[in-house]
Amino acid sequence: MKRILTLGALCLGVLSLPAWSQKTASQGIDEYRAMLQDGNPADLFEAKGEDLWKQRRGPKNATLEQCDLGKGPGVVKGVFVELPRYFADTRRVQDLESRLLTCMVTLQGFNGEEIAKTPFGRGEQNTLTALATWIAAESKNMRFNLPQGHQEERTFYELGKRMFFMRGGTHDFSCASCHGEEGKRIRLQDLPILTKNPGDGVGFAAWPAYRVSNGQMWGMQQRLNDCYRQQRFPYPGFGSDATVALSVYLGVNAKGAASVAPAIKR
Amino acid sequence: MADPMRIRAQASGDKATVRVLMSHEMESGQRRDANGKLVPAWHIAEVTAEHNGKVVMTAEWGPAVAKNPYLQFSVKGAKAGDKIAISWKDNRGDTRRDEATVS
Repeated sequence: MKRILTLGALCLGVLSLPAWSQKTASQGIDEYRAMLQDGNPADLFEAKGEDLWKQRRGPKNATLEQCDLGKGPGVVKGVFVELPRYFADTRRVQDLESRLLTCMVTLQGFNGEEIAKTPFGRGEQNTLTALATWIAAESKNMRFNLPQGHQEERTFYELGKRMFFMRGGTHDFSCASCHGEEGKRIRLQDLPILTKNPGDGVGFAAWPAYRVSNGQMWGMQQRLNDCYRQQRFPYPGFGSDATVALSVYLGVNAKGAASVAPAIKR
Repeated sequence: MADPMRIRAQASGDKATVRVLMSHEMESGQRRDANGKLVPAWHIAEVTAEHNGKVVMTAEWGPAVAKNPYLQFSVKGAKAGDKIAISWKDNRGDTRRDEATVS
């Protein structure tokens, strides 16, 4: 009986196709996204992030207001479109989320390793996502301009490029398998080409984002780690050099694109 | 203990459009956890909107409303400077009330 019903539904689907064939599936999805735009629950995470920035927390009972995200201690506006970058104090290239974790360790006294190991969406990982959402929102509509002046930043770009094209895993996939040519999609999601500038608010310029389907707020770290899961790789891990290098590659490629983060996704 | 709502209220003509985002899990009671046990329902049950202290709308919500729900409505006769207050109560008895000024 169930099979007959399914068949019936399929037939209906085929019959009703011509009725909306004037509108492509992706146009329909764009309309749906536009309708959601006005009530993006990312706002809630933004408010939470702003609050967490100013709140005294951790073993040292300190705020994050002295955190240096690349433009000096406490500067939040405009930092998002210039990350990842090289930080002299940690002697590492860091993205927004790994840099925030550094601040939580140095200023507030949290255990960084423990937080990095915490699964996404739990405990202090939620703190990082909320903070990243607010800080990204402070640079909304600004254009990406990642620094490439330091040798480490250029090395990370090259490393990110290699990661992007590196094939492996059970499906012999690379990032480029999905994001390297025109017209690719996963289910109904059009996939941007990330080997060049994909345009304003696409790809690197769209995360952190709120995902309507599961009601979760995702930062770029979770996005990239999950890309690897979809390729049937293990997670490279939160704040790993692999994910930061990929971010450098995507961010430098997106030079000049306007950030719409925090965005809203299906 | 719930997180604050985001309320925006904007006057145009003889009415004001109110947009509210609420932070809530809105667990439907239909889902199962990793051990196969039902996750108990936990959702907003009552929503009240006030305009300058006078109740202008009440709503009864159920488990079919999405997580982090968004509510939009218009209030006739609301002008810039007026106060709009939204409160909700969930099925565990937790409540939240937030206010905004019409702009």
